[in-house]
Amino acid sequence: MVAIIDYGMGNLRSLENALDRLGAQYVVTSDLEEILRAERVILPGVGNAGGAMRNLREKGLADWIPSLRRPVLGICVGMQVLCRDSEETLDGNPGTTPCLGVFDAHVRRFPAEPGLKVPHMGWNDLGNLDGKLFTGLEKGPYVYFVHSYYAGTGPDTVATCRYGGVLLSAALRYENFYGTQFHPEKSGDVGEAILKNFMKL
Amino acid sequence: MLAKRIIPCLDVKDGKVVKGINFLGLKEVGDAVELGRRYAEQGADELVYLDISATREGRGTFVSLVRKVAETLNIPFTVGGGISSLEAAAALLDEGADKITINSAAIARPELIGEIATRFGSQFVVVAIDARQCADGLWRATTHGGTRETSKELFSWAREAQERGAGEILFTSMDHDGTAGGYPCGVYAALNGQLSIPVIASGGAGSVADIAAVLTEGKADAALAASIFHYGQYTVGQVKSELARQGIAVRL
Repeated sequence: MVAIIDYGMGNLRSLENALDRLGAQYVVTSDLEEILRAERVILPGVGNAGGAMRNLREKGLADWIPSLRRPVLGICVGMQVLCRDSEETLDGNPGTTPCLGVFDAHVRRFPAEPGLKVPHMGWNDLGNLDGKLFTGLEKGPYVYFVHSYYAGTGPDTVATCRYGGVLLSAALRYENFYGTQFHPEKSGDVGEAILKNFMKL
Repeated sequence: MLAKRIIPCLDVKDGKVVKGINFLGLKEVGDAVELGRRYAEQGADELVYLDISATREGRGTFVSLVRKVAETLNIPFTVGGGISSLEAAAALLDEGADKITINSAAIARPELIGEIATRFGSQFVVVAIDARQCADGLWRATTHGGTRETSKELFSWAREAQERGAGEILFTSMDHDGTAGGYPCGVYAALNGQLSIPVIASGGAGSVADIAAVLTEGKADAALAASIFHYGQYTVGQVKSELARQGIAVRL
């Protein structure tokens, strides 16, 4: 059983549909007991990282998530909140949002660059693929991104992507924690393969 | 490198695709879900479903179609046609739509853009502009399929839509739409220069060369097309292979 954590950060329908297509059993929940019982956990998220951290604290989940010992997959903002901290704040003012601190990465906004559109939106190719999440994929697969903040590359980076002058972490991994900045549930057959790989971990 | 997107557009009436009847090998004529799945298999980067139903019943059918499309497709899709309220947008999001496109309703009440963007994020809001060049040389937005001219000048309206929270601009030249004679690339390039959000080109593609031109010379981020795909002239895969051969970054 997969637990999809429901913490008020965007619509979960796409992810549910993707897991349905794979025939995976899942439960959408914010109940700690249910999350602790699940064999796998997915932390989705669309929106503001500051808001995501606030919601995780309010639901009493922020302290527990880093202690999970089963495979965990953070998607988009769900990946970002697993990082050390983010420049994206709840009120939009300059500052830092402390995050869950699983990945050794800092999340920042794309720098202003002439001709570079923010958000980074659309299909972009992955490089430096490393690990079981990407088993069976061909070189340079395209996946679907929508984000204005990114984690740079570091010790936990297991896939990279270039956008303008930035080389970002398209995926991170630390022990049983995985994160993708892109949306596997919207990334065609490549995304489906990545979700399948996660289901086998 | 970020790929240029190729987006087939499907017009849907009472739950059925109204164009595309010549699509090769399609068993059930007009099946909007099946046609979308085919396009996705061919390599479409996104799909747009436009509801052109005239009745309330037709619109209800469209909402259930959106649910089926979301269950079937593993790529993003946008829905539009007659969306005029936050509630209507929310209902489509709930069924699994990734983006909605608004046109006349945004012209009638520009605040709607901000209301939807604040609630669901800018990435959810595509503002469509159907414009034509007027006698004084200015491009102005039109409504009702290009038949009614408005006072909204294309460039200032596009900038306003961006400031209000639009995530993308879908610009159709009503002077070129349906002509298969190519896009007004200069206008697209100028629009791109004034905006920091992606521009989707629509209406006028008669050949791969037209699409290539609007993605390079016109600097558009994506091209939306209907007829050239529906009538089996080209598959999405053929178009993308040819664009790649010309050195344009596409997802193959």
